[in-house]
Amino acid sequence: MTAAKPLPTITDETRPFYEGAKLRELRVQRCTACDTLRFPARALCSTCLSTASDWVRVSGAGEVFSFNVMHQVYHPGFAAEVPYAVIVVRLAEGPKMLSNLVGVDPHAIRIGLPLRVVFEDLTDEITLPKFAPA
Amino acid sequence: MSLRGATAIAGLGITRQGKVYDHSQVGFAAEAVRLALDDAGLTRADVDGLLVNPGLSWGDMGMASFQLQQAMGLRDLRLSSSMSSGGATAGTMIQVAAQAIASGLANVVACVFSDAPLKPPQPKAAGGSGSAGAYGFGRGLDAAYGQFGVNAMYALVAQRHMHLYGTTNDQLGAIAVAERAWANRNPAAQFHATPMTLDDYRRSRWVVEPFHLLDCCLVSNGGLAVIVTSADRARDLRRPPVYLLGMGQGHPGGDPLDTLTSGAPMAKQTAFSMAGIELSDIDVVELYDCYTFTVLVTLEDYGFCAKGEGGPFVADGRITPGGALPLNTGGGQLSSFYMWGMTPISEAVIQMRGDGGARQVPDAQVALVSGNGGILSTHATLVLSNQL
Repeated sequence: MTAAKPLPTITDETRPFYEGAKLRELRVQRCTACDTLRFPARALCSTCLSTASDWVRVSGAGEVFSFNVMHQVYHPGFAAEVPYAVIVVRLAEGPKMLSNLVGVDPHAIRIGLPLRVVFEDLTDEITLPKFAPA
Repeated sequence: MSLRGATAIAGLGITRQGKVYDHSQVGFAAEAVRLALDDAGLTRADVDGLLVNPGLSWGDMGMASFQLQQAMGLRDLRLSSSMSSGGATAGTMIQVAAQAIASGLANVVACVFSDAPLKPPQPKAAGGSGSAGAYGFGRGLDAAYGQFGVNAMYALVAQRHMHLYGTTNDQLGAIAVAERAWANRNPAAQFHATPMTLDDYRRSRWVVEPFHLLDCCLVSNGGLAVIVTSADRARDLRRPPVYLLGMGQGHPGGDPLDTLTSGAPMAKQTAFSMAGIELSDIDVVELYDCYTFTVLVTLEDYGFCAKGEGGPFVADGRITPGGALPLNTGGGQLSSFYMWGMTPISEAVIQMRGDGGARQVPDAQVALVSGNGGILSTHATLVLSNQL
C-alpha cells in the first residue's frame, strides 16, 4: 500500500487560495491599503501594517529562484518519489512561493528557468498549484 | 556604562554528549549546572539567576527555568527566564546575564541548554514512518510539496549561494574535513576517533542536495551550562576568568534568500565596538555551524573575506589545524557535539583557559563566538578574552 501525501488544511485565511486553484487561478494576498502583494497568507501587511486584504489572480508566470533535491524521506507519502525537487518560485508579480516543478528531472533544474503555473487536483477540495517550464 | 570586561564566564559544565540516555532533558540541565558550579568553586546557594534555552525535547514544558529551579531546589532567584532565539540563544542568554549582573539585578547567573531528542535504539517498527511527525513538520502547504525541516530550508539558501558565487560542494566539504581534524584532537568529541577525508565527504549520502550527510550537524543528548558573574567575583574563583569583552546581536528580518546574509554584520558592529577590537585581534574563531554552509556565510559576514568568496577562502587549508585561522577548534557542532550555540561558547572558554590540550591554540587571547538561528535570521556575537 502506498501512503498518502500530507494534505494542506484549509483555513478561513487560506480558503481563497484553494478556491482559486480549483478554478485554475493562481492567487496571492493583496494589502488593500497599500497594494503590496504577499504569500503565504498572513494577518497583516509587513509594509503598512494594515489588516485589510483580499486575494488577486496573478499571471502564473515566474522563474526558479532556488531549489533543493530531497533524498531523506520525512513522510511516507514521499517514499516512492525520492529524490524529488522542491523549488522556490519567484512570481512575475514579486512574491515567492514553494512548489514542485513537473516534467523536469531534479538534476536538470537551473535557477532562472522560466515557469508557468499548472494545477494538480488532489481531492474535491484541494488543488495544488505546481509549475512547468514556460 | 560600558559592559566591556564588566563580567566573566567563571564556570563551565559539559555533561556526557551524544547517544547517552541516562537523563531526561531536565536531568541533563541539572547535571550541567552542577558541573559548572563545581568548576567555578561555587554552590547552588550562590546562584541567584537562571536562564534556560530549552531544546526540542522540552516540547510543551512551559516555564523551563522554573522547572529547572524546582528540579534543583534553587531558592530566592533574582533573575529567571526561558529564552528562545534559535541557535543565537546561547549568546543572547549570556548577554542578558551580563547586563543583569552589571546593573545589579543578579550576581551569579547560570545559563543552560539541554536536550534529549535521541531515544535508545528500538526494534524497527514495521513500515517506518519517517521522522516528520516527531518534529511536527508534516503539516500545511509546504508539506504537500514535500518540503520538511530545517535541512531543506538551508539547502535552498545554499543552492542560491552556489548559483550566484560558484560555491562548490568540495568547498563545503573542506569545512567538514577541517572540523573533523579538530575533533580528532578533542577527546570529548563524538567523532574523536573517526578521521574523515574529502572523499568520505563526497561519498556520504545526500540528505537534501546540496547537502551531504556530512554537511549537517550532529544531534546530541546532553546539557551544557556556563556561570556568568562579575569580573571582580570571577577573579576570586577557582578558574581564571574568561572576560566578556564585547557582545552584540543582529536580527535583520526580511528574506535571507534575497540577501544570503546573516545578522552577523550588525552584531559584529556592536560587539567589536564595545570590545575595542578589530578582526585582526582575534586568535580563535568559534562559529555556529548547523551546516558547513553556515560557517561559510558567517565568515563572509564578519568580513574575513568578501561576500561570495567564502568558498575559496575555506578551501586552501587555512581553517585546518595548523592553519592561519583556527576555527571551531573542538570539532564544532559538525563533529564534536550539538548543544545549539553552547558548543562554540564552551570551546572558546576552553581555549581562553588554555585547556585545549592537543588542540590548544598557542597564546590565544581573544576568541570570537557566533550564534545563529532561524534561517540566517537571528545572530549573537560574543568576544571573549583571558585579558582585560
